[in-house]
Amino acid sequence: MDSTGVDRPRPRGRKFFARGEVSADGRTVHRIDQAEWERFYRDRWAHDKVVRSTHGVNCTGSCSWQVFVKDGLITWEHQATDYPSVGPDSPEYEPRGCPRGASFSWYTYSPSRVRYPYVRGVLLKMWREAKARLGDPVLAWAEITGDPEKSRRYKRARGKGGLIRSTWDEVNELVAAAHVHTAKAYGPDRVVGFSPIPAMSMASFAAGTRYHSLIGGTLLSFYDWYADLPIASPQIWGDQTDVPESADWWNSGYLVMWGSNIPVTRTPDAHFLTEARYKGTKVVAVSPDYADNVKFADDWLAPHPGTDGALAMAMGHVVLTEFFRDRQVPYFSEYTRRYTDLPFLVRLEERGDAFVPGKFLTAADLGQDVENAEFKTVLLNEETGEAVVPQGSLGHRWGEQGEGRWNLELDGVTPALTLHGDNAALTTEAVAIDLPRFDVGETEGGGIVRRGVPATRVNGMLVTTVFDLVMARYAVGREGLPGEWPKSYEDTEAPGTPGWAEEITSVPAATTARIAREFARNAERTQGRSMIVVGAGANHWFHSDTIYRAFLSLVLLTGCQGRNGGGWAHYVGQEKARPVTGMQHLAFAFDWQRPTRHMAGTAFWYLATDQWRYEGFKADELSTPLGTGMLQGKSFADCNAQAARLGWLPSHPTFDRNPLDLADEAKDAGVPVADHVVSELKAGRLNFAAEDPDNPANFPRALTVWRANLLGSSGKGNEYFLRHLLGADAQVRGAETAEGNRPQDVTWHDEAPEGKLDLLTAVDFRMTSTGLFADVVLPAATWYEKHDLSSTDMHPFVHAFNPAIAPPWEARSDYDVFLGLADHYSELAKTHLGKRTDVLAVPLAHDTPDEMAQPGGRVLDWRNGDCEPIPGRTMPKLVVIERDFAATADKMRSVGPLLEKLGLTTKGITYHPEPEIELLRRTNGVRGDNRPSLATAEHMCEAILALSATTNGRLAVEGFKQLEKRTGTKLADLAEENEGKRISYQEAKKGPQAVLTSPEWSGSETGGRRYSAFVINVERDKPWHTLTGRQQFFVDHDWLTELGEQLPVYRPPLNMHRRFGSQQLGEPGRAEVTVRYLTPHSKWSIHSEYQDNAHMLALSRGGPDIWMSTQDAERIGVADNDWVEAYNRNGVVVARAVVSHRMPEGTVYVYHAKDRNVNVPKTEIGGKRGGVHNSLTRLLLKPTHLVGGYAQFTYAFNYYGPTGNQRDEVTVVRRRSQEVEY
Amino acid sequence: MRVMAQVAMVMNLDKCIGCHTCSVTCKQTWTNREGVEYAWFNNVETKPGIGYPKRYEDQERWKGGWELDRKGRLRLRGGSRTQRLLSLFANPDMPSIDDYYEPITYDYDTLLSAPAGEHTPVARPKSLLTGEDTAITWGANWEDDLGGAPEHAPGDPNLEGIREKVKFEFERTFMFHLPRLCEHCLNPACVSACPSGAMYKREEDGIVLVDQDKCRGWRMCVSSCPYKKVYLNHVTGKAEKCTFCFPRVEAGQPTVCSETCVGRLRYLGIVLYDADAVTAALSVPDPEDLLDAQRALILDPHDPEIAREALAQGIPHDWLEAARQSPVHALISKYKVALPLHPEYRTAPMVWYIPPLSPVLDAVTAVDGDSSDPDDVFHAIRDLRIPVEYLANLFTAGDPEVVAGVLMKLAGMRGHMRNRSLDGTVDQGLLDSIGLTAEEVEDLYRLLAIAKYEDRY
Repeated sequence: MDSTGVDRPRPRGRKFFARGEVSADGRTVHRIDQAEWERFYRDRWAHDKVVRSTHGVNCTGSCSWQVFVKDGLITWEHQATDYPSVGPDSPEYEPRGCPRGASFSWYTYSPSRVRYPYVRGVLLKMWREAKARLGDPVLAWAEITGDPEKSRRYKRARGKGGLIRSTWDEVNELVAAAHVHTAKAYGPDRVVGFSPIPAMSMASFAAGTRYHSLIGGTLLSFYDWYADLPIASPQIWGDQTDVPESADWWNSGYLVMWGSNIPVTRTPDAHFLTEARYKGTKVVAVSPDYADNVKFADDWLAPHPGTDGALAMAMGHVVLTEFFRDRQVPYFSEYTRRYTDLPFLVRLEERGDAFVPGKFLTAADLGQDVENAEFKTVLLNEETGEAVVPQGSLGHRWGEQGEGRWNLELDGVTPALTLHGDNAALTTEAVAIDLPRFDVGETEGGGIVRRGVPATRVNGMLVTTVFDLVMARYAVGREGLPGEWPKSYEDTEAPGTPGWAEEITSVPAATTARIAREFARNAERTQGRSMIVVGAGANHWFHSDTIYRAFLSLVLLTGCQGRNGGGWAHYVGQEKARPVTGMQHLAFAFDWQRPTRHMAGTAFWYLATDQWRYEGFKADELSTPLGTGMLQGKSFADCNAQAARLGWLPSHPTFDRNPLDLADEAKDAGVPVADHVVSELKAGRLNFAAEDPDNPANFPRALTVWRANLLGSSGKGNEYFLRHLLGADAQVRGAETAEGNRPQDVTWHDEAPEGKLDLLTAVDFRMTSTGLFADVVLPAATWYEKHDLSSTDMHPFVHAFNPAIAPPWEARSDYDVFLGLADHYSELAKTHLGKRTDVLAVPLAHDTPDEMAQPGGRVLDWRNGDCEPIPGRTMPKLVVIERDFAATADKMRSVGPLLEKLGLTTKGITYHPEPEIELLRRTNGVRGDNRPSLATAEHMCEAILALSATTNGRLAVEGFKQLEKRTGTKLADLAEENEGKRISYQEAKKGPQAVLTSPEWSGSETGGRRYSAFVINVERDKPWHTLTGRQQFFVDHDWLTELGEQLPVYRPPLNMHRRFGSQQLGEPGRAEVTVRYLTPHSKWSIHSEYQDNAHMLALSRGGPDIWMSTQDAERIGVADNDWVEAYNRNGVVVARAVVSHRMPEGTVYVYHAKDRNVNVPKTEIGGKRGGVHNSLTRLLLKPTHLVGGYAQFTYAFNYYGPTGNQRDEVTVVRRRSQEVEY
Repeated sequence: MRVMAQVAMVMNLDKCIGCHTCSVTCKQTWTNREGVEYAWFNNVETKPGIGYPKRYEDQERWKGGWELDRKGRLRLRGGSRTQRLLSLFANPDMPSIDDYYEPITYDYDTLLSAPAGEHTPVARPKSLLTGEDTAITWGANWEDDLGGAPEHAPGDPNLEGIREKVKFEFERTFMFHLPRLCEHCLNPACVSACPSGAMYKREEDGIVLVDQDKCRGWRMCVSSCPYKKVYLNHVTGKAEKCTFCFPRVEAGQPTVCSETCVGRLRYLGIVLYDADAVTAALSVPDPEDLLDAQRALILDPHDPEIAREALAQGIPHDWLEAARQSPVHALISKYKVALPLHPEYRTAPMVWYIPPLSPVLDAVTAVDGDSSDPDDVFHAIRDLRIPVEYLANLFTAGDPEVVAGVLMKLAGMRGHMRNRSLDGTVDQGLLDSIGLTAEEVEDLYRLLAIAKYEDRY
């Protein structure tokens, strides 16, 4: 070695004992022997088998996993990498997964695993005693719950330990007895089931929902309740949600992430975003904090939380100004004429010294004597100036004349987008209109801005186009129009400009303009490949629908929707059960009876947990001054009661009387049940339960929660749940509604009930707050211990669960749990219920002719004498079901005959499954009267796949052919390439299976395309399921008009301070800060639950934490990791502070979900176990989410309904004593 | 020339989403057992930040890696053999558990077993070391997403020399994630420092291992590794470290951290290097020359002379073929977009990184002109949030030009591909500015963006 060699670091003799080759310079040592010791790691790696499964969690992942098993124990899991290819020029899906999923197997053997059935000791003791004495389980339950002292005793013990191990037989009998007694004494609709998101594990979902459907129970919706439902989607498209798969991000040329933290919440798919950048896609992040996704953006816009709508309105201003007014882009104007409602005519009504937009002009207004004339909207032929009733509107969807005409073809007509400018064919006048604005004013109702539109007269009626209204709404001035218009983009006074938005959002006006311009320009050059990925950050606000409508206007104006690589990409919740038809018909037992008791979750909890008793203002405050006062004096609960009455929303429990008794009364009186109900209602002897939710006759009595953590995660207004629903300890701090603000129609009891629920049953494999507060806890199998199916909107595959091991200890799959419960129920029902007639009040349903029940969305209340109560028209339909309660268990286990008799109907298309039923007889075997078996979860999975068009090409072709008859356009070719293809459960078990193009959804996978929403609509002229059949900027239901939301508009977050005042305790010498309180999805918990995993706790702060800015922390003297308390009128949270400069001043985050089961001390303020993240939130129903009975505003489960939003809340934060007690 | 094969890795930090899936799958597979609860063979750090263990990059403090002595010869920074032998029982350069973190569990079973009481049962944190109740004050990933950054991150050794430029203010925020594992260095300080001869570099693939039979727990490897990627198992008393998943690699499978990386940012492959040249290469006086010196160690398997020599020295033909196909070789040597972590430690690390792009700095606050061309959508490299000087302190021993050059290549690739996908045009000026042909850029694009499984490993 020369002098640049090494100062020999090792002993020379080392070569002997190392058996290695020391490098010539003595610097390092190489070894070539396969040393014995290496076995240590080889053995660690060795395993006996690898089983493919997936995770049944509402994270949208639906990832394929390899589960490793050694010596009969699950050791760990790695992602599978064998997804079907996306094609040679795209990244692949592999390897989908995330750290949360990678640590799931921790739960299998976790010390908090629920291993046996448990009942709280105090209840179990009473139960055993009463049952022994009375000899009848149902009577025993009746006695315990009927005794105020006894029931108070076991309810007060909820959440305070003392669970005792029981047996499956004993708990099944107890729960079944409670369900039978409740049906008998109060009505089957008082037995309630809650389980969210079928897509995450369809058979497990279906097991419980099928049980509840068969016994007449109430099933709560979840998508709206979780505030994951984007209400704007039904408003604009008449569709629940339909979005591109993540591989389609790759096709985008310009991608805005708006309130969607993709790396954290869409971890498996984030790579498509990072990779698309290399293809030249520009990426913009809109986020109030420097979130994980901001790292990948070219531009970061940081609006103040909740002000995104203003930013989007300003961007719309720029797009309309530069791409519609100053210059016309042929692609944009052709797209908007054909696929949006922009050319449709709206009647203008006089209001004061100006006009306001009224209703859409319809064929009825033209005096045309045609079928469904009130549901056929009108536009002007640009060339002739004549009013034209084009095909494709709702009036063509139903009825005979519409057959072959429900399509978007224009038959040579060029719709006039605007009435402005020189068009010799039109006689126009410029009129002033008043529009609402909500950025000013002393109340939530805001103020008024005056603008102008060009108008013309049709049949003597003054009308303008939606486009012209939109131009006015977005403050885009044109020559000759009256009203106030901005002088420039920088104008801060005129609502709609970038300058105005800068004042509200803090985003510089020039930046807003530049991003808007780039977005639209990219769409112009790429024919619609600009995309907005949007998520919970924008969707969980009270006014999320207005925020979203402002976003979506951008993709509609620029022709991006229905284009691969373009449009909206809303990812909040795993709503897409791709094999939806089979799933929903079996899950809700539509094979035996129709319909089932679907209930809007948020409305249910709002009443059941008495959150309606804590309002600070009334619903009428939300009305614009331009309204007619139709909500005058109404509280939120009043609005909900009216929605129930008018058949808009479901309402369960329904009446203040047992529906079984109502049917008996009718029989005794010798009149049809519906007639009896109507006459009782009319006479005022019968009322809706929603009109008196605190009447013990109207309480929900038994609640079963499975696949969810209601009390530790999703339950907004957590402390109200504990106090009123459960009667447990709670830390509600605010006062009840003062006298002047109380409801006018809904009965107020001076004393609020506590402990409405007689029985809470939790089915889970881990111990959460729901289990801690439940009366009965049942041990469920984990995702690696059962058969099931999952799917998601993020990718086009169906996945199977396979058991890697049998359920250990006494755990059972959800499927087997409910079969066992059904057996006991049937046994007890024999004597206590037998065969009874049940009557269901069913709301006016979406995708049925019910959409034409209430023309114009005009509100007529029979209770006020506006009209007669007519079931199915002015009030809910009343449907009678004959129930053989004792046959529940048998029906659970086989496919009922209604599938052949009535077919399977999804979104208005009916499938006839005779061949599939025959197939299922052979694959599953038969039970009873030659019916295909559903005795196992595998049978259920097989049946779901066989009965859905996404997984069975024959059904897809049949469905498209049926749709072709209605549209008169070509569609079936989309599915014909796969007519002979069927995905069996056996195939799904082997690996991810790509689904088929199906009329159940709106995109096309034909020929290996990436799924994008509404591609079929745009490419095949298939109408949207809306009034106009087009994508709607304008909506005209009375209540939306009343709230000033006919058009996209900016509504700020609710001003909590204005209504509830300061909530600071203000103790001398203790610094406090009031800040916005947000609960985004966590990086360290499996979606919105599962934060208790030891690995995830090790990688985060190990317990509850609250992220705050440097400035806010300084203000209250808090250092990183100090204990703090956050409190407001709803409750208290104790947590460690995480201080970071990536947080904006004035906002704190408590990431979803912080359950109280791990490392949560007692609070200083309340002295009880510190709350969960939802302890600081509370529900508030937005009246426009309650409407129904009209066009796209009709009810379907998880399609429409009030959202359980929570982002508008504020909290006080202060440093607490650093000595914590547990 | 001594031709040797080395399994090496490249991570594209520009694609890292900071999800830590790699850490979890690695933990579950390898260190989910007693004695190594605190050990993460693979961990992910948020930068800026002090890392795990705390301030491990501060070699003034920890004395890891190599330095040149006065004669310009390589020597372990930890001192001479004698010095190190004398400090075997009280090594001042040894991190304590507090420099890592106290591993925690919780008394979970309370949730089911708690008797009827006054309060809702809760699982309290317990130390995994003592079994006692404990308060959590630091963790394996305490700084994730800049948590506590205003308080801790100023201690990041990579801020040396640029503290003026980096302000921990909302408007100036930047961050990225840095996944780390054993570097399987060509010049591993740990191997040299081991007094027991337990550590070695495998002849066939260069993987650095600790012989569990031979290890006597002296922990010189722990202190001498500048990346702090050797851990003491406190139950067995022996050192353990990332094995590059040799039982998998031998079977033709990628490492667990690579295969489970959902960001698809890890590349694994063979490189050939000249073992005889290592010492000289790592002895160049100017640290800024170390990057080129280390790159130069890696031999071109397409060179017929080198191929002949490799075969003659016993490198199997299929390994030679693998070296030619190696994405790692392409990224390090052909496109020169991958950089070593702290080349100034002079260990010749074999896990390389492509530095990350970041958002433009001024979008949040500054008012930019509204005359901007909507077709010109990307920003200049020097306007991005992550200071190139910061990246230079990590990857080039302080040379910002090299980092800027890599970022320009990434940006140039994006610009080129945008032109291609929007209207099929080619901007020759753009290509010239990054010194690549259209074919090369598109090849790099396929490697970085399409990145099929077969092309990553």
